[in-house]
Amino acid sequence: MRKVAIVGVGMSKFGEEWTRGFRDMMIEAGSRAIADCNLHGEEIDGIYVGTMAPGSLVGQEHIGALVADSMGLTPVPATRVEAACASGGVALRSGYMAIASGMHDCVVVGGVEKMTDTPGNEVASALGGAGDQEWELFMGATFPAIYALMARRHMLEYGTTEEQMAAVAVKNHANSAKNKYAHFQNEITLDTVMKSKYVASPLKLFDCAPITDGAAVAVLMPLEKAKKYCEQPIEIVASAQASDALALHSRTSMTSLRATQVAAKKAYELAGITPKDVDIVEVHDCFTIAEIMAIEDLGFFKKGEGGKASAEGKTALNSEISVNTSGGLKGCGHPVGATGVKQAVEVVWQLRGKAEGRQVKDCDVGMTHNVGGSGATSVIHVMKRA
Amino acid sequence: MISHPVGIVGYGSCVPKYRIKAEEIARVWGEEPDRIKKGLGIFEKSVPDVDEDSATLAVESARNALEYSGVDPATIGAVYVGSESHPYAVKPTSSIVAEAIGATPDLTAADLEFACKAGTAGIQICMGMAASGMIRYGLAIGADTSQGRPGDALEYTASAGAAAYLIGREKAEFVAEIEETYSFTTDTPDFWRRQGADFPSHGGRFTGAPAYFRHVMGATQGLFEKTNTRAADYDYFVFHQPNGKFPLEAAKKMGIDPEKVKPGLFTPIIGNTYSGASPIGLAGVLDIAKPGQRILVTSFGSGAGSDSFAMKVTENILAKRERYKGWKLADYIANKEYVDYGVYVKHRRKLKSL
Repeated sequence: MRKVAIVGVGMSKFGEEWTRGFRDMMIEAGSRAIADCNLHGEEIDGIYVGTMAPGSLVGQEHIGALVADSMGLTPVPATRVEAACASGGVALRSGYMAIASGMHDCVVVGGVEKMTDTPGNEVASALGGAGDQEWELFMGATFPAIYALMARRHMLEYGTTEEQMAAVAVKNHANSAKNKYAHFQNEITLDTVMKSKYVASPLKLFDCAPITDGAAVAVLMPLEKAKKYCEQPIEIVASAQASDALALHSRTSMTSLRATQVAAKKAYELAGITPKDVDIVEVHDCFTIAEIMAIEDLGFFKKGEGGKASAEGKTALNSEISVNTSGGLKGCGHPVGATGVKQAVEVVWQLRGKAEGRQVKDCDVGMTHNVGGSGATSVIHVMKRA
Repeated sequence: MISHPVGIVGYGSCVPKYRIKAEEIARVWGEEPDRIKKGLGIFEKSVPDVDEDSATLAVESARNALEYSGVDPATIGAVYVGSESHPYAVKPTSSIVAEAIGATPDLTAADLEFACKAGTAGIQICMGMAASGMIRYGLAIGADTSQGRPGDALEYTASAGAAAYLIGREKAEFVAEIEETYSFTTDTPDFWRRQGADFPSHGGRFTGAPAYFRHVMGATQGLFEKTNTRAADYDYFVFHQPNGKFPLEAAKKMGIDPEKVKPGLFTPIIGNTYSGASPIGLAGVLDIAKPGQRILVTSFGSGAGSDSFAMKVTENILAKRERYKGWKLADYIANKEYVDYGVYVKHRRKLKSL
């Protein structure tokens, strides 16, 4: 296997982008990533695009070719990757495998979702497809409800509180306020979260990631070629993925994601590191409880102590471990298919020392953690400066 | 430029006497009333009686306008009723109004629809006809008994009311001269109701920035440019008021003193009267304005468009106001009786078996 590096990254402004469509956002992110590594275009020989539900959301399928076409990259082979909210992370892994195997020499990995053209109830229904349609969604369990069950169980087993969950949202907004690409550019207080309306008790409005439009792109190459295209290539030192049951009731635990634990173990082995070596991590905080479970499952804190650690500021910028410096899904926004790639973009910026206004000091090892559904897919990447 | 002076020679409003409080609607749907009151800036809204509809509200406001003006109804050459709740899909509301006020048969009449701005569209049509000499007086009315799907956020605001404007061409009769008008129109699908549908659909947050704010600000700033004026040149601003917050937010974005907006902001206490909303706001301002003061009115209709008007209050307003014995907007607002959600459901025929 060849070593793989990210040479260029870019993203579109995340948010309620009513004046921009699927293609526009992809072109914006793509052209930034290509300019970032001084590519001309003819070097590109493969495209992978992560997107979850464009068919339901905007009536568009056949996304691979659409992206190749709109970016002026035909006849390069282009493939859509779908793994619910982990579509972006799995697309990145597909690109990684394509380079590592020697099949391709320059791959563009994109993630994109156009969500705000669709009424909220239809978005909820489309996102519900990430769970078990027959056993969960059909019975009325939407995603907030499923994560609310996990939160309740976490509260019961470990004494996690609503205030501790709220602290996650406050921290992520503090980070997104420093990120010009983020959906939310404002800080919030604990009071704002605590006084917000219940969506599915105990989860309140400000515990939930928003519906967002956006795209993110990364350009991958074999490490030996990477130096020619950029000053500071970022090597992907581990790519790991695991699966679990779609339905929550079929899992062994309601307070841990087994797929995350398995993928994390593999990722640490591949990278030859332990959780202590990780300086920054972008975790999948579709709900605040998801970030608490993630920092436990990834081994940064003991099971049951994620809420307390969050409330004590141990996950803030430049603290014990800087979690979600981009603002995470809560603050930066969650254009579902784009999220996994956006996480990689943020880690690349941090490792390059170019995360304006939110740079983590002595940042040597970064990790991304992208989850599909309520935990049926988990994909983890570890990156270092080459 | 308007080729011949045109102005308002009389106006009148009408708001049903029933009210329902935001708390009462929130109680039924399990919402927190404070969040509604703060979030939408709405405390209560008007509810029409079982036998009130856009036609009856239009007639009452028209009768008030006639009395205010002192004009002989037989001399009215045009009646336009703007509404999105015309009682009939086919059969005009405007002919009902014309007949009821004694303006028939020597006139033209038609119904207008442009979501919440059909009333001001009627004013513009009357202005054109009066300025050209086609008519001596034209009556433009905005009237609605608006619909909101039970449980939808619209239910807190969708209310009923009307305001009528008699437009003429003789300066000596004006209570306010309309000096200029400017419209801003695009195809923006923020809010709609399909043929046969009981309730409208809307694009949620999309109804804000790309719809209300773009059009209201586009029309207002377009009028500023067309007339070479600025915010400081006006004493009052009346904006379409789908809730209590949007008009003040639009003012803030344009650097307009909110104190110039509040006198014409009635949605917090009567709800959003749709086609009646900015016309009612203007009626409230005309009830207190002094001669020489300038008023800028901007309506908004989903779909979407805004009509802006620059007007100057004349000396005549004092005598006409003094002589007028009918109900003013303040009388309609003060005359109220609260209903609970059950009675509201009956009045609004929200029970399918009724």
